[in-house]
Amino acid sequence: MNASAHQELEPTEYVIEAKGLSKCFGDNIAVNKLDLKIPKGSIYGFLGPNGCGKSTSIRLLTGLLEASEGEVNILGQPLLGHEESLKKRIGYMTQKFSLYDNLTVQENLNFVGAIYGFAGRKKKNRIEELLALYDLEKQTKQFAGSMSGGQKQRLALACATLHSPELLFLDEPTSAVDPENRREFWERLFDLCDAGTTILVSTHYMDEAERCHALAIMEEGNKRADGSPQALMDAMPATVVEVSGNQLRQFKQTLIQHPDILSAAQIGSHLRVLVKQQVADPLNFISQLSQGREALLARPSLEDVFVACTGGRHVD
Amino acid sequence: MWIRIYAIFTKELKQLSRDRMTFGLIIMIPLVQLMLFGYAINTTARHIPVGLIDLSQTSESRAIAHAITATQSVNFTARYRSIKEAEVAITRGEIKAVLYLPADLTRRLFSHPLYDHQQPNSPLTRPVGQWIVDGSDTVIASSIRALRNMPLDEVANHAVIRTAPSFEVVQYFNPEQRTVVNIVPGLVAVILTMTMILFTSAAIVREHEHGNMEFLITTPVRSIELMIGKITPYVLIGLIQVSIILSVGHWVFSVPIRGHLLSLLGGSILFIFASLTLGLVLSTIAKNQLQAMQMTIFILLPSILLSGFMFPYDAMPVAAQWIAEALPVTHFMRMIRAIVLRDASILLLGEDALWLGLFTVGGIIIASLRFKKKLE
Repeated sequence: MNASAHQELEPTEYVIEAKGLSKCFGDNIAVNKLDLKIPKGSIYGFLGPNGCGKSTSIRLLTGLLEASEGEVNILGQPLLGHEESLKKRIGYMTQKFSLYDNLTVQENLNFVGAIYGFAGRKKKNRIEELLALYDLEKQTKQFAGSMSGGQKQRLALACATLHSPELLFLDEPTSAVDPENRREFWERLFDLCDAGTTILVSTHYMDEAERCHALAIMEEGNKRADGSPQALMDAMPATVVEVSGNQLRQFKQTLIQHPDILSAAQIGSHLRVLVKQQVADPLNFISQLSQGREALLARPSLEDVFVACTGGRHVD
Repeated sequence: MWIRIYAIFTKELKQLSRDRMTFGLIIMIPLVQLMLFGYAINTTARHIPVGLIDLSQTSESRAIAHAITATQSVNFTARYRSIKEAEVAITRGEIKAVLYLPADLTRRLFSHPLYDHQQPNSPLTRPVGQWIVDGSDTVIASSIRALRNMPLDEVANHAVIRTAPSFEVVQYFNPEQRTVVNIVPGLVAVILTMTMILFTSAAIVREHEHGNMEFLITTPVRSIELMIGKITPYVLIGLIQVSIILSVGHWVFSVPIRGHLLSLLGGSILFIFASLTLGLVLSTIAKNQLQAMQMTIFILLPSILLSGFMFPYDAMPVAAQWIAEALPVTHFMRMIRAIVLRDASILLLGEDALWLGLFTVGGIIIASLRFKKKLE
């Protein structure tokens, strides 16, 4: 397959376009009418709890699963019927480590390289490049199964990007990694993004979601909200009020009974309260309820957005 | 295409060489089976424990018992005074048969033409004794039945003239009639069936179970490349097993290897491929390694029982022969015995060779079609 064929295609604004994408397993709807438009060169996040349909969506978009309904265009081509040719242009890092535990780092890379059709000097150079880039030069003779979570993850990323894909799917890439390695990992993702790769990453960490250019909040197979983190925070249909004082646990119980309060959660010595948007003066409204406790307006965080649009609190 | 097949081939070979358990099995299965079948299994029973009821108590009765012991078919392990006592011993399983020598043994013996050739064959001639046999085991029963027309001249003090047999029998290829000569080449077929199907039936399933498949199917690798790359390393293993079985069979059990090595190699490779593709087809059906194992056993049992390994193919009912024909092992069983024992060339066995070839091509196609680069 020659690379020039791809460049002759029209330059696409959107790398992934999905319309009404659905997947049912029996009666269970895993993904429900998902619409997506992911622009080229961005990092797009899927944020949601376990079992919300993140992995299924990624598998649908990579062509690993066949959609029950809906249309998908990947890199300007319809996915249906082009799965195999698209596989040369996309990379996928699975949630579970999917390389061979009883092969060494070098052998794993050699294998993946050959599978993508690399041979001879070209393969050798590319693998050396990746070993240096992902800081695995000292581990080349180590079995993949005996490496730490962070090293495994770097190897997996090296294998997934060996063929320099235009679009990279990462399914919860950092779930088995410590915070230090996570930071470093995200730096590498931005390097890839800078080089023109579009990245779709799923996560259940708020801080990771906040790093994305744009994200979709998913719950039970439905997309509850999407946009850039800032836009999502600005458009949040609730106001955040922080309450401090004594007996916060009891106060929380009375607050969450109130129909105009979306949620209340304790964070350190504060109670973070989400008040519905229709309440005209939320600060005054909370002060009346709080019986002398101190109340202040606060800036919304991504977690507030997540809370506000999941758990049956979303506004359709 | 060849780069990818080679990559899968080397990967599989490396993984295999690091899996000590599997590697040990590859060597140990043939050796253990060979020892078991070579030493333990014999279809002609010897030294069967039997009892004796001697009501005559004469030198003739003792001479008869002695002559029977000399055949090595039976060992007299106990003596009984009555039939009743002996029957209880048979029921308990202490003895397999009992020889009843009546009180008038001497008179019967002297008038028996097998003892005294002057005596005419008359309808009044009565047998000298009676065997009461536990007939449930047919091998033992037939061994004892073989004693029915035992010549009694050894008991007699005088020389007797033997009559010429109706037919002379010349036994080609295995004149000593040693069971092991027929067993060892058959064992090649059975062990290859067992290990080849077992290893490949787990091959695809294992990649699924370890999560490797999810990555592999997002790569541009094709089904057929994966299938060919996966089974090729096992061809080497199969050939190693063939060499182990035949060389141990040759040097330890003196099994002659008369055929040409090229015919042997060609036949073995054809059968190894047929078994491997059968394993691959199972691998695309099984959901986990346990299921793969169960399916292997499902194939293995008829392969052992119907292939002609244990029971002669020609003695089976027609329906069983049809089933046997559908199994690749039946064809290889014929080929390997013909090549090893009868010096047949593979060209002489074209029909069986062709069948194995067709089986391989069909199996690869079915496995590639069944294997979908999708998750379920």
